[in-house]
Amino acid sequence: MKKQLKGKVHKFGNNISTDLICPGKYFHLRSDIKKLAGHTLEDADPEFIKKVQPGDFVVAGENFGCGSSREHAPLIIKESGVGAVLAGSFARIFFRNAVNIGLPVMELDTSGMESGDELLIDAESGKVKNLSKNTELTATPLTGVMKDILEAGGLKEYVRKGL
Amino acid sequence: MKQTLTEKIISNHAGRKVKAGDIVFADVDRAFVQDGTGPLTVKVIKEMGKGLNRPERKYFFLDHASPSSKSELSDAHKVLRDFTSSTGAVLSDVGKGICHQIVAEQYALPGELIVGADSHTCTAGGIGAFASGFGSTDIAFAMATGKLWLKVPPSIKVTLTGKLPERVSAKDLILTLIGRISASGATYRALEFTGEGVENLSVESRLTVCNMVIEAGAKNGVMPADDRVSEYIERERGCKVDFERLRADEEAEYESEITIDLDNLEPVAAAPHSVDNIKKLDDLEKENIKVDQVFIGTCTGGRIEDLEAAARILEGKKINPSVRFAVCPASEKVFMDALEKGLIRIFTESGGFIVTPGCGPCVGIQGGVMGKGEVCLSTANRNFKGRMGCPESDIYLASPQAAAASALEGKIVSPLNAG
Ligand code: SF4
Repeated sequence: MKKQLKGKVHKFGNNISTDLICPGKYFHLRSDIKKLAGHTLEDADPEFIKKVQPGDFVVAGENFGCGSSREHAPLIIKESGVGAVLAGSFARIFFRNAVNIGLPVMELDTSGMESGDELLIDAESGKVKNLSKNTELTATPLTGVMKDILEAGGLKEYVRKGL
Repeated sequence: MKQTLTEKIISNHAGRKVKAGDIVFADVDRAFVQDGTGPLTVKVIKEMGKGLNRPERKYFFLDHASPSSKSELSDAHKVLRDFTSSTGAVLSDVGKGICHQIVAEQYALPGELIVGADSHTCTAGGIGAFASGFGSTDIAFAMATGKLWLKVPPSIKVTLTGKLPERVSAKDLILTLIGRISASGATYRALEFTGEGVENLSVESRLTVCNMVIEAGAKNGVMPADDRVSEYIERERGCKVDFERLRADEEAEYESEITIDLDNLEPVAAAPHSVDNIKKLDDLEKENIKVDQVFIGTCTGGRIEDLEAAARILEGKKINPSVRFAVCPASEKVFMDALEKGLIRIFTESGGFIVTPGCGPCVGIQGGVMGKGEVCLSTANRNFKGRMGCPESDIYLASPQAAAASALEGKIVSPLNAG
């Protein structure tokens, strides 16, 4: 995992479900992550995939990733080049899946962030600087097994290294 | 240390007494995937370089695309067929039914720890198990090692009193609860149901309630197993099983407590596009909302008691000709029971059609995909935008009784006022 992340904010609302992130109608593309990633967050913002640049951030309100257990949701967010997802809170399964596949997820107050803001994130300390608004916040730190898994780069790598 | 039911079950699988907040590597009794999450699990198991731990307790369900509607899905099915035949894991093929229904019918036992790569794995809490949904990679880990790390959740105690009135169902109960606590009101928590109201619920109803705890964000929902559970297991599996009657300790610690009186419940629906947007059906009826499709089925509302309740309202009547009426039994067993009870004839004669046991149109793959501007009344558990294949359609979630009544009227109505 990269220690310093810099990119632009793409802002979403509350209760962004896995159906909005990874629509069920593309169920048949699940074995082709690259193709599936072309539809990332499509039902929440059809333009997102055209706008997103490598290293950008998905920023949302409460309960991000609610709904199904499909790991394809964090997988395609990662595949589309997003550096991290920041939200006020996450649904449980999404959060765990993201950590397992090595997509950084950070829980903090995102109410002051807007689309287009530039953020500088220090993954280790959890410090999030909003360069556009000149503010700084700290995300709730990961602890225990979750921290070990994210640091290993995901659950697969964690197992390979021998738990 | 006084323990909740969830803490007791996890303790039995962690080899020590645990309390909320503890992180443990727990022994997993059963693990499963479905055709949407399974191929990724298989890939990860292979990449982990491990085989399967106790393959006879690992299940692969072909239920979401049942039968397959696209060649890519057939390819994914083949991956799972090949993997199960080479490892000795259990394959549940197309047409056999929805994973959660079959786990409850055929496999789950009270007190077990069950994990699945599907969010509604929590359904088996109705049998008295700790059951929770995870992603493909976590389940790959569980299948390969027989263990999974868990954080023991704090519990919310939900005391049920009384008995469900006529034409009010388990669906109304869980929707009412979600409306009260919101779609994130139980995130990371266990919902532990207790009280005489639980004893008054059929096992089918318990499964429906536990199925939807995830819609409030919960990690699991659980109800203490009793005689009704042993009768259910005997009826469905044709064999008697013994199990320990685990109960929460009297003075167990709960994060909060809620009481719901079943006697006073009313028929409700979740209006688009979120499951906590709860409205009384009496009020929705006044809005004159026409329905294009009515769907009875899924791991929430496709069990035999659901089909029976709907058929009682439909018998001898015809649905409104403007409605497509899809009925999808949750499993082959449910289908056979419905055949035997004459329900399939009632649905067909009333103007409905039968979809192959499986997820059907629930997730917008096949069996009744919605079109632009259309409205569906469904007995499923999710009405997220786009859920049934079209982000410009509206989904209302309600009971099988409300679904049957609305199919007759061609608009959303309360089952208390119809038929
Ligand atoms: S019936 Fe619907 S909610 Fe249940 S497992 Fe299938 S897709 Fe998921």
